[in-house]
Amino acid sequence: MHLVLFFIFGAVCVGAAINLLVQKHPINSALSLIVVMGSLALLYLLLGAEFVAAIQVIVYAGAVMVLFVFVIMLLNAGEEEVLPHTSRVAVTLGVPGLIVGFAIGVWVISRYAGLDRISIGGPQVLNGTEAFGNPRSVAQLLFRDFLLPFEVTSILILIAILGAVVLARREE
Amino acid sequence: MTIGTYILVSLIKIVIVMFVLLTGVAYTTLAERKVIAHIQNRWGPSRVGPFGIWQPLADGLKFIFKEDITPPFVYKPIYLLAPVLSLTMALTAIAVVPIGPWVSIGSIRTPLQIADVNIGLLIILGLGSIAVYGVALAGWSSNSKYSMLGSLRATAQMVSYEIALGLSLVGVLIYAGSFSLRDIVNAQSGTFLGFIPKWNIFTGQFIAFFIYIMAAYAETNRIPFDLPEAETELVAGYHTEYSSMKFAMFFMAEYANMFTVACLASVLFLGGWLGPVFGAPILQAVLPVFWFVVKVLAFIFIYIWVRGTLPRFRYDQLMAFGWKFLLPLAIANILVTALVVALK
Repeated sequence: MHLVLFFIFGAVCVGAAINLLVQKHPINSALSLIVVMGSLALLYLLLGAEFVAAIQVIVYAGAVMVLFVFVIMLLNAGEEEVLPHTSRVAVTLGVPGLIVGFAIGVWVISRYAGLDRISIGGPQVLNGTEAFGNPRSVAQLLFRDFLLPFEVTSILILIAILGAVVLARREE
Repeated sequence: MTIGTYILVSLIKIVIVMFVLLTGVAYTTLAERKVIAHIQNRWGPSRVGPFGIWQPLADGLKFIFKEDITPPFVYKPIYLLAPVLSLTMALTAIAVVPIGPWVSIGSIRTPLQIADVNIGLLIILGLGSIAVYGVALAGWSSNSKYSMLGSLRATAQMVSYEIALGLSLVGVLIYAGSFSLRDIVNAQSGTFLGFIPKWNIFTGQFIAFFIYIMAAYAETNRIPFDLPEAETELVAGYHTEYSSMKFAMFFMAEYANMFTVACLASVLFLGGWLGPVFGAPILQAVLPVFWFVVKVLAFIFIYIWVRGTLPRFRYDQLMAFGWKFLLPLAIANILVTALVVALK
């Protein structure tokens, strides 16, 4: 069951990511990115990390992407213009090259990292240890094990916010 | 319980909850018109059936038979997606709301809730943050200035107030120590001095409760925060270009969101289904659900009451209120609650 769901949502995720690149209209690309974020959240859920999944939806699919859509709406960005000079080599070799590259990558990983030993989805990933995606373990990591990096990051983000405010403020 | 019975029981629960929710949505529109009419010394709808009780059915039929116009200037895929998105998110949120305690019917034991998930509260917040797209995309894809202005206002307002809304709930979470709505209700059982219930509103989350209510009014775009559809300035805001059932979907989504907010408020602050339970076994089974429904309906009434009382805010007042008043107050509430819990 986990495996079936993993492949369904994995396929949705990859399909939406490809759609994101192919679409000409920015709003369609942004919506595809939301689908990517949503299916990623479902993959986290399959791994037993329900808290991370919920935060993924609230923060990325909800808050961050709303700003993307907001900017696209405000700028009223139109359709992307097709470049007049597309390279013929890239067009003819692009898709076969991608497939070959992907196949080589899969072969290398399965040869040296051992793809057959990676179990996909489900609680068996946890190997009997404590779950890693629930609120308690995330809080332990953030507020005990990595407290200093966490606080430093928040100060960094605060500085970025102040910088944005200073740059965006109109001179009197 | 086997997987077959589980699915069957879940399906039955879903059908019942959806039926009750949609009926509730329909009759809230009637209740709103009636109550506001009486506040303004009018009679309200009174022609369709006694006291106008068939008015929602007549309205529904009217919506179905209206001509469904798709203006030629809209961006069609997203124009069609937006109302569906709004309504889906609004109706899905009810799935994690606990309506009553566990009940036994014969050998089947089940919670009175569609899905008892351990991150129930986060799921509602997540669905709320996705629901913003329904409004934002509706306005943008309509390609009309009123829709656009309405949806810009709506998006900014919903994103801003979502922060205050989320932070106001942290105090409750600290008390309960869980994201599960069922655990949060169970944490509120018991009484002080034998008669004051230990609901969160009586145990120090009084301020959080009012932050929640105000932020929730803004989230659902209701008066006094209904700037996104301010009919005196923006025709109808983000759904100006929608007609027939597509408009009805936005309308239903708004009222379904009111129900979600009311359910969440009674679960988080008023002890959900908790209340005096007495009498025969059948009465003991029904009373918790009855208390829950009473609390939810009281909230819906306050919604309508506020609409009949308050004028609309100005947009800068709205933003200043959200960011400069509600947000610091919510953070202060978290700090004080955390201190109290830590020192206890």
